[in-house]
Amino acid sequence: MKLGLVIDLDVCVGCHACAVSCKQWNTSGTTGPLTDYHPYGEDPSGVWFNRIRHYEVGDYPNNKTINFPMSCMHCEQADCVDVCPTGASYKRAEDGVVLIDQDKCMGCNYCSWACPYGARELDRESGTMKKCTLCIDRIYDERLDPVDRQPSCVITCPAHARHFGDFDDPDSPVSRLVRERAGYQLMPELGYHPANQYLPPRLTRPVPVEDVKGKSLIHSVRDWVNKAVVR
Amino acid sequence: MHPAFSVIFFTVASGAGYGLFMLMVLARLFNAEGMNMGTMLSAGMLALVLISAGLLSSTFHLANPKNAWRAFFRFRTSWLSREGVFAVLFYPFALLYLLLLWVLDNQNSTIMSGIGVLALLLALATVFSTGMIYACLKTIRQWNTALTPANYLLIGLATGGVLLVMLIMMNGGRGSSVAWLAGTLLLIAGITKAVYYFWIRTVIGPSINTATGFTRAQVRLLDTGHTAGTFLTDEFGYQADPQLLDSLKYMVFIFGFFLPACFMAAVFAGAGGWGSALLAALCALGGIGVERWLFFAEARHVVNLYHGAQRT
Repeated sequence: MKLGLVIDLDVCVGCHACAVSCKQWNTSGTTGPLTDYHPYGEDPSGVWFNRIRHYEVGDYPNNKTINFPMSCMHCEQADCVDVCPTGASYKRAEDGVVLIDQDKCMGCNYCSWACPYGARELDRESGTMKKCTLCIDRIYDERLDPVDRQPSCVITCPAHARHFGDFDDPDSPVSRLVRERAGYQLMPELGYHPANQYLPPRLTRPVPVEDVKGKSLIHSVRDWVNKAVVR
Repeated sequence: MHPAFSVIFFTVASGAGYGLFMLMVLARLFNAEGMNMGTMLSAGMLALVLISAGLLSSTFHLANPKNAWRAFFRFRTSWLSREGVFAVLFYPFALLYLLLLWVLDNQNSTIMSGIGVLALLLALATVFSTGMIYACLKTIRQWNTALTPANYLLIGLATGGVLLVMLIMMNGGRGSSVAWLAGTLLLIAGITKAVYYFWIRTVIGPSINTATGFTRAQVRLLDTGHTAGTFLTDEFGYQADPQLLDSLKYMVFIFGFFLPACFMAAVFAGAGGWGSALLAALCALGGIGVERWLFFAEARHVVNLYHGAQRT
């Protein structure tokens, strides 16, 4: 089995719900807590397994905003595991999930240097490295309904931009999505062979704007008044 | 990359220590001038002090040092683990070598030489592993080169050579043959460092386009998604002023290579006392300290692409 995620960049709205639900589930999960530093201070920071960045692709007027969630890619060639001197980082043979044994980690940061995707973050409180577990404490829990045996981020996503499944099975929904929507891996030139794949935005016809009427006089006056009045 | 002081001190001090020990064993093996009992013992002791201080300092950057003993267990895949194993294996051979020298009262013996060569090989393996820790990372293109372990080995040997010349002169020797070797090593180390600095100027490696997969248009960061710094920005986001980097490179070549090499040439010609040898050693170690700081400060991890860098 090769478990991983498919992330649909066409429908991701960048709401950060996946990151929040990930934090909520995993802070009390197997590698929790996900420590927060000064949560009520001026510069709240902390450990996250999932981060969303926002990019602009192309130049105006042919530009597009892309919301870009990233977590551990559970790479086939996981250098983070190879470089770990203590054996705390390991890749499960049965499903390819990369995990960190919190009891063995010495906090040398070396695995985070080897990760190109920024998936690993040191918890300054515990002094150990932490990362996405693909909700390993959820996906095999037989007390949960089958539909709930998925990573927390996948269940939470309101736009259905996240899909979880087995890439070794050519008929699984994730394999089909990658095949049909031309899914791709990030930074393939480094040779990590990440399991997670990204679906590019669909090609759509441009919306014609030539026939859109300009502003009427009353609208222009109202806009000017709104700007002029100091509230 | 964030230049951590503990790692800079570790690589400079233990590199010089291993270099000093290697050259000491070699010089003794070839019966170089000035390798008397006093030089041997003081060189051995200084090497062990430098190595131990460096190794101790390297544990200060661990966030969870109580698990440091586990670092010897992934010898098969991890260069960090290999470095630790070689570093620890070096100690018994190095101590036994110095003990035999003392017990045999400065007489040469085959067993002593054999143990010395074993310690030399382990020292070589340790410094090579230190270089490979950085060179094996595909994520940092400034490090992912054969020049990295070559630089670590040559600079370790060169600084060790300068220290050995200093100790020979302190113990009443002339040190001309070792000075010739140290000067040559400084020259070669300086040239490979110059090759390295020219090589990293070329822009290669991943871009923000391959990092996001959008290779058909320009990609710009709109928002990183966090307001305060994160582990990733703290660890990998370090950026120094390019002008400062360039002026520090002059310092590396002047203090790290040129001035010590000039002094070695003077010793070879028969001039200078041990006081100026000490000055040359301090000069070399200071210059190499700057070199090591630059090694970290100039390294650009690919994760910076996700935070808006266009190229690494």
